[in-house]
Amino acid sequence: MTQKWLGLRAGLVSLALFALIVGAWHLATAGTGTAVKMDPAYAKLMGATATQGKSAMPGPGEVGAKIWQHLKDPFYDKGTNDKGIGIQLAYSIARVGIGYLLAVAVAIPIGFLIGMSPLMSRALDPFIQVMKPISPLAWMPLALYTIKDSAISAVFVIFICSLWPMLINTAFGVASVRRDWLNVAKTLEMSPSRTAWRVILPAAAPTILTGMRISIGIAWLVIVAAEMLVGGTGIGYFVWNEWNNLSITNVITAILFIGVVGMLLDQLMAKLQRLVAYAD
Amino acid sequence: MSLHNPFDPDCSLQGSGCTCGRHESQVEHEQTVLASAEARTERVVQSAVVRALFPQDRTRRTFLGAVGATTALAAISQFFPLGLATEVFAQAAAPEKKDLKVGFIPITCATPIIMAHPMGFYSKHGLNVEVVKTAGWAVIRDKTLNKEYDAAHMLSPMPLAITLGAGSNPIPYTMPAVENINGQAITLSVKHKDKRDPKSWRGFKFAVPFDYSMHNYLLRYYVAEHGIDPDTDIQIRAVPPPEMVANLRADNIDGFLAPDPVNQRAVYDGVGFIHVLSKEIWDRHPCCAFAASKEFVTQTPNTYAALLKAIIDATAFAAKPENRKQIAEAIAPANYLNQPVTVVEQVLTGTFADGLGNVRTVPDRIDFDPFPWESFAVWIMSQMKRWGQLKGDVDYAGVAKQVYLATDTAKLMKEVGMTPPENTSKTFKVMGKEFDPSKPEEYVKSFAIKRAA
Repeated sequence: MTQKWLGLRAGLVSLALFALIVGAWHLATAGTGTAVKMDPAYAKLMGATATQGKSAMPGPGEVGAKIWQHLKDPFYDKGTNDKGIGIQLAYSIARVGIGYLLAVAVAIPIGFLIGMSPLMSRALDPFIQVMKPISPLAWMPLALYTIKDSAISAVFVIFICSLWPMLINTAFGVASVRRDWLNVAKTLEMSPSRTAWRVILPAAAPTILTGMRISIGIAWLVIVAAEMLVGGTGIGYFVWNEWNNLSITNVITAILFIGVVGMLLDQLMAKLQRLVAYAD
Repeated sequence: MSLHNPFDPDCSLQGSGCTCGRHESQVEHEQTVLASAEARTERVVQSAVVRALFPQDRTRRTFLGAVGATTALAAISQFFPLGLATEVFAQAAAPEKKDLKVGFIPITCATPIIMAHPMGFYSKHGLNVEVVKTAGWAVIRDKTLNKEYDAAHMLSPMPLAITLGAGSNPIPYTMPAVENINGQAITLSVKHKDKRDPKSWRGFKFAVPFDYSMHNYLLRYYVAEHGIDPDTDIQIRAVPPPEMVANLRADNIDGFLAPDPVNQRAVYDGVGFIHVLSKEIWDRHPCCAFAASKEFVTQTPNTYAALLKAIIDATAFAAKPENRKQIAEAIAPANYLNQPVTVVEQVLTGTFADGLGNVRTVPDRIDFDPFPWESFAVWIMSQMKRWGQLKGDVDYAGVAKQVYLATDTAKLMKEVGMTPPENTSKTFKVMGKEFDPSKPEEYVKSFAIKRAA
């Protein structure tokens, strides 16, 4: 009962905050509203911000209308450089998906290796420590130059940025499996591979999933920036293209869409995390 | 690119400029004379034949003057089947590769490359070209070097840099066509409405699109001529064009020398005014270029010829003032420039609001002319040297020839049936100061403000 009541109150506060933000936004962008006096022939050549004192920032109404317009027709295709927001998001999600899965395929086995072997852990540590803090976008010029393909370069950047959290978490999870459990496995004369699959993997799974959840968040952050650099397709390209047109309305719309998709990806990982959780 | 009637004794087949004297420019001359593509092809073939018969232009004129054009045409047709040759030329060898990708930056300089897509110039020449909008100059360079793009829109100093290996491995590059001439401007923030004298610009912050760009060199030249040292008295930084207007609004910069539509967009949004057009600094200066790797040119010559023909066709169409409105409508949508139509229209038609309350009419605010003069390259290198971007001795003429390939271009232009100007170099004036391409070192030395020793 109290739980429900709390949820209701939290919802109300959220709504009030939302209304407050939108209201403040509306007031801030209302503009001066006074038309500037100018020659009509000249005024015809000028934009609304110059002629009607309209604010350069769009109001909530305009953004709402824009979002509706995008939602109504998310999959239009008017040529190479003008595609619907649904298609752009699909491109971005596909890039993130491929880069991320490749990173999973590499990070988890290596993480196991590091976690199970103190020797490898020490030997690989300096490499990981140096590579981890590099901004994934710093790889971009190098990737473009060596891979010679912008689509694969974007995937590579996603790969490299989602690799480290998973690698480190896997190694940590594997290394901190309880000694008792490993000892029991030894007593039962389980083979190393069987130990890895049946004991270590389930024990380390929650930690590994935490790493994967952090990674997908980072990958989604990075794809937008990477696509702004490389261009072509994707939600990052969409933002860049509208920035080119100084269409702040579209940029805000895209920001909201990016936020929603990021949240959905995170929720997905959270669900997976709950599946493998266990009580100690 | 002469499409002059070879049977006109008053016409020169070799010189540049409108030689019949009845038109203001050569381009206009061609446009009026040759309305249809068929007529153009026919003319091209006739020209080739007549040129072959009369290598000396004077001989041809004397001959035509003596016998009359109709007689000459009949005589030549007798032993050379002009009709058949025209057909053969029109069907020119099929392109090796039909699906091409061409990269561009969304600015009006790229007009011929962009408009050739919606207006069907590529398909007319049997090509299926995808024009891809690209985020920046470095990316367009890398994607072209990667062969993701078959050809691309570049700043005219860039092929020089690529071939010299500045910022990338040296790769033989060709620049078969300049896209646009003029078409840039110095825009200042509206708060500087009273500071029209560059001497009052000390401490200003300016933006240019790229360090190796005409914009950088023109801005430096302009302020230096007014006694302002571009390195110490003002600040110049490279800012991507779309961010320029936003930065101007945010008061981070005082002005910029930028490609259109950025200047007009600043006016349109009421944050800036146009101080001078770049044509007032150097009339008919080059800006952007159509570039392709040497490999593309040599391995797929027919494709290359078809592509170049499409671009030159589009350039000729764009050079015609009455087509500009239609072009503006074709290239303004989100798929291409992604700008309000009125902004693009003001840039292309040259009837524009200057941000100070006046409507100005400058028909050649932007113009289109494809020939890559080697002297342009020499001037660019002289400025690179002047501002310390190039050190030591520079082989101006050698590098210009190697990169701008005006000789190669001339050959290609002949292959596609055009007559390039006889010389590959010409003198011109920048802010009233004569530039002689044969004496670049003296030119650099003649400036009071410079970084070069």
